[in-house]
Amino acid sequence: MTTETATIGVVSHGEFEHPDPISNQVFGFWIYILSDLVLFSTIFAAFAVVGHHYAGGPTGKDLFNLPYTLGETLFLLFSSATYGLAMLAMEGNRRNLVLVWLLVTFLFGLGFITMEVSEFYHLIRAGDGPSRSAFLSAFFTLVGTHGAHVSTGLLWMAVMMVQVVTKDLTPAVQSRLIRLSIFWHFLDIIWVGVFTVVYLMGVI
Amino acid sequence: MLGKLSLSAVPFGDPIVMGAVYGSIVLAFIILALITWFRQWPYLWKEWLTSVDHKRIGIMYIILAMVMLLRGLSDAILMRSQQAIAFGASQGFLTAGHFNQIFSAHGTIMIIFVAMPFLVGLMNIAVPPQIGARDVAFPFLNSVSLWMTTAAALLVMVSLGVGDFSKAGWSGYAPLTELRYSPSTGVDYWIWGFQIAGIASLMTGINFFVTILKMRAPGMTLMRMPVFVWTTLCTNILMILAFPVLTVALALLTLDRYLGMHFFTNVLGGNMMMYTNLFWVWGHPEVYIVILPAFGVYSEVVATFSGKPLFGYTSMVYATIAITLLSFVVWLHHFFTMGAGADINAFFGITTMIIAVPTGVKIFNWIFTMYRGRVRFTTPMLWTLGFITTFSVGGAAGVLLASPPADYVLHNSLFLIAHFHTMLITGALFGYFAGYTYWFPKAMGFPLNEKWGSAAFFCWFVGFCLAFVPLYVLGFMGMPRRMYHYDNPAWHPWLVVAAVGLAVILLGVLCQGIQLVVSIRQRHRTRDLTGDPWGGRTLEWAMASPPPPYNFAVTPVVENLDAFQDMKERGIAYQQPKRYRPIHMPKNTGAGYVNGVLAFLFGFAMVWYIWWLAVLCVLGMVVILIGRASIDEPEFTIPAHEVEKMEKKRFMQLAAVERKAPGTLSREVA
Repeated sequence: MTTETATIGVVSHGEFEHPDPISNQVFGFWIYILSDLVLFSTIFAAFAVVGHHYAGGPTGKDLFNLPYTLGETLFLLFSSATYGLAMLAMEGNRRNLVLVWLLVTFLFGLGFITMEVSEFYHLIRAGDGPSRSAFLSAFFTLVGTHGAHVSTGLLWMAVMMVQVVTKDLTPAVQSRLIRLSIFWHFLDIIWVGVFTVVYLMGVI
Repeated sequence: MLGKLSLSAVPFGDPIVMGAVYGSIVLAFIILALITWFRQWPYLWKEWLTSVDHKRIGIMYIILAMVMLLRGLSDAILMRSQQAIAFGASQGFLTAGHFNQIFSAHGTIMIIFVAMPFLVGLMNIAVPPQIGARDVAFPFLNSVSLWMTTAAALLVMVSLGVGDFSKAGWSGYAPLTELRYSPSTGVDYWIWGFQIAGIASLMTGINFFVTILKMRAPGMTLMRMPVFVWTTLCTNILMILAFPVLTVALALLTLDRYLGMHFFTNVLGGNMMMYTNLFWVWGHPEVYIVILPAFGVYSEVVATFSGKPLFGYTSMVYATIAITLLSFVVWLHHFFTMGAGADINAFFGITTMIIAVPTGVKIFNWIFTMYRGRVRFTTPMLWTLGFITTFSVGGAAGVLLASPPADYVLHNSLFLIAHFHTMLITGALFGYFAGYTYWFPKAMGFPLNEKWGSAAFFCWFVGFCLAFVPLYVLGFMGMPRRMYHYDNPAWHPWLVVAAVGLAVILLGVLCQGIQLVVSIRQRHRTRDLTGDPWGGRTLEWAMASPPPPYNFAVTPVVENLDAFQDMKERGIAYQQPKRYRPIHMPKNTGAGYVNGVLAFLFGFAMVWYIWWLAVLCVLGMVVILIGRASIDEPEFTIPAHEVEKMEKKRFMQLAAVERKAPGTLSREVA
């Protein structure tokens, strides 16, 4: 019963015996990003449908301040670049440098969110809140969903800074940093879409 | 402090509702008391509630589906008896508002809390072993999904006794679901139950997609995967791409209701047809999400019980992929009458008809698999045969409805109801029952009783025909769906027949209950000692029944389609390896369960505007997530000697079987 059978045992003790969890995590995260992309696409579609339904209220031309939004955009684009530098530092296993770039990224992201919240605050105070018209509902929802994602990313980044300090750059921590990186760049790409479709096309 | 919640939310004056509420409470109390009496709480907590083992999670999903099936059936009983009575002068026993709640709950529960948990349960039980894996890619996420689905189901159940449920149908069309037209909490229960379960399904989709693509045993190429794995993979793709759309549709409706926005209102620029579109962009793929796994089960069952490889494996795979792609371009056939114009309706009508082609390919594959096979008429096979016959008829009805001019006449009539119940009951549910019977011995270690199983099948089959053929007729006679009262005497006899049909179905459910009890009582005599009770062809039958926690002591190497059959033919199916290695397995954790409790409380708080509680729950969930993400070693190791001990027992058992009845293990080869 046992003579020739050992072949099964021998062959299968290869790399397949322990599936690589980090590779699974990163792949799974890409799939999540794909589903998140579908989520954003749906909100973009909703914006495309009702984005010109002003219901007698203000239009994009009346409300948007392009230089201000450009500032927001630059914050976010720079934060993506600095996150890239953090990843390079991670490759070189330079812990303190990773922390510095994460902190810079965090501050850029915080700047972006602060500007966005301030924009929302002024709109609502002026009576141009999300319940004013279908256009404003879609505007607040699309921009707000992106903002909520960025805020989640900031919280995640804060947690990761603590983990880098307490745990050092272990494979598990690196895996999380890689996934946060995918998330952060993804949000940047979404913002380019928001900036174009909502703001630039809104003022034409 | 408690938002809109007060004692007046409980409908004390309604005897039917309160009967159901008291009944549920008493039942829950009895179950809890029994668990306490037998001191099973530690066992329940350690082995089940905190389990991240895909086999246990699968079993719990199926229990959830069965419990909710009983609830959905109770709704069906109420509707069928109301329509059998409420004709002419008689008003029946239900008010219009109550009737509306019942059909809304029936649809929501049957799709989201019966079909989804049932198919996810079967996926959990069968997919990892079929690909030779020890667990899913993300075991903890699996537990989170289970308990979020349960939380959502509980939310819908609670709506029975606290407040009301939506009266706007399971699809919740706007603007009826807007605050202005549905001011009570009913729609909110529907939204949050749906939303929480939807997010859980999305996570399940990602989990199994990664599992199938990344964790297959060496040698198992894509075209060597069992068909059930293929259909699961396609279902997962649909889940990943379709569920975010549902999330957004419900979220926008939520924003309309909670923050006064105007996505789907009919004032200030809202567009209600946008809701209908978004809902069905998810809703149509959802139909295939629930039916593809059933197709997979039928494929496994037909091949096993015909003693032949599946006819046309490759065409089956490509047909599944074709259905997956096409399912995204047919959604508009749910509302041809929107008036989108002839061109658009023609496009969606044609794509809908095209879907019948790959589905027809599958039907022929199953039939040709049986051709010249030695067919064994076991219960799973009976469900499959019942499916092939009725499903073909229901599919033909679907092709008829796909033609926009015909749809204009039959839209919202009982013909439509008959069509989609044929697809969902004999298509999906029969498949789940087949899978339940087929994999029961694998999951539990003993088979289900065949006699009661076939009795259940014949009751279901006859009952189904009696209950739904009249609805086809009534559709042609012009009866609309969702009527709590009618005056046309020509409809009445048909509705009485339909009610009788449901009674026969209930006999079938009763048989299934008895079957379970009888099988459990006979388990010592009927125990499955070989792990391969049916002469199976795929890898799950290579494991013991029930399988050890690690499934496979050594990862199997796949060299052909129908891997286990191939091993049996080559005479290497039951060979003991010389030595064992330690195995890493995920640790159990209560985090998924606690997260589910918080999800339930969150949903409840949102329904009743208890903002502080909602905020606390979200914070709690974030803390759990961060805490979980800080654990670097969520695994433990089963030492090699323990693996050896468990495996030795298995091989001694096999040797005993072989001594008692020589040739058992090589039966299939001869």
